[in-house]
Amino acid sequence: METLESILKDHPFFRGLEPHYLALVVGCAANVVFKEGQVLFREGEEANLFYVVRHGRIALELTSPERGALTVQTVGDGEILGWSWLIPPYHWHYTARAVEETRAITLDGKCLRGKCEEDHHLGYELLKRFAHIMEERLKATQVQLLDVYCPHPPEKKV
Amino acid sequence: MTGPCALSHGPMHPSRYEVSRIQRETNDVFTLELEPVDGDGFSFGPGQFTMLYVFGMGEAPISISGDPANGAKLVHTIRSVGTVTGAMDKLKKGDILGVRGPFGTPWPMEEAAGRDVVLAAGGIGLAPLRPVLYQIMADRQRFGKVVLLYGTRTPEDILFRDELEEWRGRMDMEVEVTVDRAGVDWRGNVGVVTTLLPRTVFDPVNTIAMLCGPEVMMRFMIADLMKRGVLAEAIYLSMERNMKCGIGMCGHCQFGPYFVCKDGPVFRYDKVRWLLGVREI
Repeated sequence: METLESILKDHPFFRGLEPHYLALVVGCAANVVFKEGQVLFREGEEANLFYVVRHGRIALELTSPERGALTVQTVGDGEILGWSWLIPPYHWHYTARAVEETRAITLDGKCLRGKCEEDHHLGYELLKRFAHIMEERLKATQVQLLDVYCPHPPEKKV
Repeated sequence: MTGPCALSHGPMHPSRYEVSRIQRETNDVFTLELEPVDGDGFSFGPGQFTMLYVFGMGEAPISISGDPANGAKLVHTIRSVGTVTGAMDKLKKGDILGVRGPFGTPWPMEEAAGRDVVLAAGGIGLAPLRPVLYQIMADRQRFGKVVLLYGTRTPEDILFRDELEEWRGRMDMEVEVTVDRAGVDWRGNVGVVTTLLPRTVFDPVNTIAMLCGPEVMMRFMIADLMKRGVLAEAIYLSMERNMKCGIGMCGHCQFGPYFVCKDGPVFRYDKVRWLLGVREI
């Protein structure tokens, strides 16, 4: 039977984490299911959690007055959602909504933040992992901003 | 039917083809099905292209997007971006086009046999990869896992929707689609095509990857494939340059020591790695 410990231990994000730290993380974790359309958090709300998506899809949305609500990114199976709990002022920058029924593990970021302050080695281990995700998302955003699929005027092979 | 490289009137002489069907794919992309007026047509390899000539207007290099097993029906998927392709967009059933080719190097289908195949397409880049999928599906047992990753601008820009749905429904193929931006009514993935890669399962050391799309997209995808363990020698990409003659004579499509029309458009990554990202090339 899959336990929270076995799932998190085998997850690439937590792989290699020392057992006592893993136990601490597991202590802050809980299974959760979001129904299709359910909002996980809203832009501007306090960010105290993060998620390991097990199965499903979460959309991160921004609303602009001109264009209405837009999905800027989706997070799917196996991916980590949320790092605003790590960075002051600890508020969400997007609204997250389940596009389909989504099973996830929620982790108490506020609790972990306190543990990281007490134990900087744990803090460094988690920051390294989040820095990797941030780098991946930053690269992806840069490519997104390039709008590489925009049509170009000269005749080229298509 | 003539052979793959047989150009009965010489490579600079267009043959007449009649537009037999027009399929609107998206707002600015359409597919033309052409049938030969002179002779039986030609066979071609996946990834090859032709020069399509709108009489009195000019030529444009267009990849063949149809089934290589059906050379009598020549299929091209075209984005209307300029004068010539804009004129193609106005063609009607029964109109005549000039066709030269096929030109260029095909995708490495023989090398792909027995291996996992990862296809990564961006935007209109799905069109030159569609013949690969037709060939794989015609002889599915020859290949290992087949993964198609497709990214495009918005949900409205998705090409070959019906076929993508059909391929997604197959148990022997993994199809992932993403868009760069979408409204909240879109239920699929949002994000660049590289974000799809970690979700897929394949054996990196026994994989051949074929990439077609904007060069920036391909560079990021190559980096992620190699991080995953795919060898540089097992990555192929289709390059886009301003092809004119199609036979490596005019020099318009020079790419370092290569002519894309003759030495490409499909290149093995390790052969062109040093040229990618070089400005003014």
